[in-house]
Amino acid sequence: MASKGIRDRVAIVGMGCTPFGEHFDKSGPDLLIDAATAASASANVPIADIDAYWLGTMGSGISGLMLSRALRLDNKPVTRLENMCATGSESLRNACYAVASGAYDVAMAIGVEKLKDSGFSGLAVGSPPGDGTGTDMSAPALFSLLGPAYSAKYGVDMDELKAAFTHIGWKNHYNGARNPRAQFRKEVPKEVISAAPIIAGQLGIFDCSGVSDGSAAAIVVRAEDAHKYTDNPLYVKGLSFIAGPGSGHAHQDYDFTTFPEIAAAAEDAYRQAGVTDPRAQIAMAEVHDCFTPTEMVIMEDLGFAERGTAWKEVLAGTFDLDGDLPVNPDGGLKAFGHPIGASGLRMMFECWLQLRGEAPEERRIKTVEQGKTLGLTHNLGGMPGDCVSFVSVVGTELG
Amino acid sequence: MGGITAYGAYVPRARLKRGAITATLGTGGGKGTRAVASYDEDTTSMAVEAGRSALRGRDLSVDQLYFATAAPAYLDKTNATAVHAGLALGEDVLAVDFAGAVRSGVGAVLAAAGGNASTLVALSDLRTGRPGGSDEATGGDAAAVLVLGPGTATAPVLAEVVTHASATAEFLDRWRQPGDATSRTWEERFGETEYVPLADAAFAAALKQADLTPEGVDHFIVVGVHPRAAKAFSARSGVRKEAFADDLTATVGNTGTAALGLVLADVLDRAGADQTIVAVVLADGATAVVLRTTAALPQHRAATPVAAQIASGDDSLSYATFLSWKGFLDREPPRRPDPVPPFAPPAARVTAWKYGFVASRCTECGTRWLPPVRVCDQCRAVDKMAPEPMADVTARIRTFSVDNLAYTPSPPLIGVVVDFDGGGRFSCALTDADATKVAVGDEVEMTFRRTITADGIHNYFWKARPVRAAATSGEEG
Repeated sequence: MASKGIRDRVAIVGMGCTPFGEHFDKSGPDLLIDAATAASASANVPIADIDAYWLGTMGSGISGLMLSRALRLDNKPVTRLENMCATGSESLRNACYAVASGAYDVAMAIGVEKLKDSGFSGLAVGSPPGDGTGTDMSAPALFSLLGPAYSAKYGVDMDELKAAFTHIGWKNHYNGARNPRAQFRKEVPKEVISAAPIIAGQLGIFDCSGVSDGSAAAIVVRAEDAHKYTDNPLYVKGLSFIAGPGSGHAHQDYDFTTFPEIAAAAEDAYRQAGVTDPRAQIAMAEVHDCFTPTEMVIMEDLGFAERGTAWKEVLAGTFDLDGDLPVNPDGGLKAFGHPIGASGLRMMFECWLQLRGEAPEERRIKTVEQGKTLGLTHNLGGMPGDCVSFVSVVGTELG
Repeated sequence: MGGITAYGAYVPRARLKRGAITATLGTGGGKGTRAVASYDEDTTSMAVEAGRSALRGRDLSVDQLYFATAAPAYLDKTNATAVHAGLALGEDVLAVDFAGAVRSGVGAVLAAAGGNASTLVALSDLRTGRPGGSDEATGGDAAAVLVLGPGTATAPVLAEVVTHASATAEFLDRWRQPGDATSRTWEERFGETEYVPLADAAFAAALKQADLTPEGVDHFIVVGVHPRAAKAFSARSGVRKEAFADDLTATVGNTGTAALGLVLADVLDRAGADQTIVAVVLADGATAVVLRTTAALPQHRAATPVAAQIASGDDSLSYATFLSWKGFLDREPPRRPDPVPPFAPPAARVTAWKYGFVASRCTECGTRWLPPVRVCDQCRAVDKMAPEPMADVTARIRTFSVDNLAYTPSPPLIGVVVDFDGGGRFSCALTDADATKVAVGDEVEMTFRRTITADGIHNYFWKARPVRAAATSGEEG
């Protein structure tokens, strides 16, 4: 009944990722062309030799035609999909399953989002015709519900939590400052972060991820074919996706200090990948730091920290670039913004660079040199109490 | 002729100190305060709140609903239907508007009093004027509900309508073109000379029909659109000064269409049994209504007294916010998508929830669901739900966020997750609250509001608000 997984049956053999930022000079199709051609070059696979495509976009285009027209594909299957903030990761998951099934030899997962054209602050996504009874709260407000609840449950002073949130923002900007593809490439002092104007709850502007345009792509093949394309493939160890029942906003037992959907996706992905001690085994993680409290809680839901302790681990530097378990070494959503369809693949792109030793010196993590081979990517879409979640585990070694 | 079997009033929380107008404009204003409907209230939503006060805890059936206002939220479309839905009345209940002029209010009351049906009459008004003018300072926003009918064993007549008399005349004192935000008036003296004789005539006729003398009046209510005429008529009426009811203009303001109901509700909150009430309404003519309270009144007073609502007002409203709420100050919105109106079919599918706040309860395992659902995740039952009315269930704030980014006509939006007494959780907006004083654990109650207006469509739904002054049981000696 449970997911069986496709451990070591599929490999990523090439990736491309555009710079993320204000691409006022490029359309969504332009960004797709940039990411697709970069991935194609990375894997030494001509576009014409790719058998099938999975295109993730939340709202920057409709149908597979968005990609097939842009690349002028020669009657190839393109599936356009959307799964909230996990959209990019979902394009990868589905492309991997298509290759694992034997239906295709070479597939491309690609994601894009063009957010800056709307001119809005924060994300703005359309909804089906509604009845006027929906929640009015903005995303930062919904995620700001985590802090006070966590403070109350674990008896942690709100100022200490705020310091942990500030550390997460500082860390991700520090990492992003070392990444030429990041939207924000400057370190931000902690005193600036903590004094920023409040958006919602305790969250200031530096506790919130940015708004940007971007695209990223991956080429996947069967594991046994991987070395035809590269000497350093990235093997898919586990892929999990959960759409929760939305019960956190219906029942009083949900306490806003955890994302049960993330914990379930992590458990599933770890089981598929054979990970028994994620804190010790995983070299790096790219997680969905849409807001700084989210990253803190994710650390517990992914099993990187004991319940009630993530704030301490954050402040101790465990998840810093030079820490025991670097989290968001590329700068995360914080430094990249969140072009929804692209983010999951952008995360995988950092695993692609770091685990294969191709990350630039200034942000190269130590854990890979220390012999760890596994990377993790994670997304969540929705809000505390009502969300989807994705977790992948990838690695450079078979077995 | 029957009488009043239930009554209730609604005074919005916000008060504008009239001095705040003077402080800003250097003119206008005056003493005291006026009640101000919040940015998320209109005559329809206030009528629902007044109706809830009238019906809460009462075993009372309603056959008809008359909704009277001089500030209807819609023209062409009936507003009474939203009040009807907000009060979760039955499909077989007639609901009609008496809209346009202040005089519609007393007209609706008399129409109800003349029949044998149990008729809920909602009187509701929003009153303002151009900044600095008299209407702005003296007006007030409020609603009141009177249920009139023959009375039943469980809902006896609390005040019998003994008789009424009217005097009608056509003259120009106050007027407003459809679509205009404010009214215009003729100079005061002319109106006074027209109104006073009309009031004299109606009052005299009513007393005669009731075989009463002015000295026999225990509670004398004089309201209307012309305060100077009302005062002059009162002074010469012959009624004892101690019988004069407070017309509430010092605290609430002149509430126009609602004034008859609001002041009468305040009188009924404290009147004894077997007392005579005469109410005179000056609005494009005059009408005098004679009522006689019964022994049933003390046991069936409104759930929330008018005086308690006046006492629980918040007079910290700034004049700038008042102007914003009234539409005279068009402020820069956040750089976010425009609010989206409700779509007709999805809204129609959830009328009981959207307007009546009727949730569901799983008949298999008892789990309460807000909003109502078809599938229970606790026991996996499908389509085993029963309606669960939640409008009068209180809750506590589990967590909250003050949201500076979300669109709201009056930032910031306060988002709350509330846990209801007896089970169930809901996430919604908190209204009538100070963003700096909200705390986890605060007790809240639900209130019917107009959340937004977009593309000419009003969206009505429920919000939480801090529990207002303790409701009384209506019991007293």
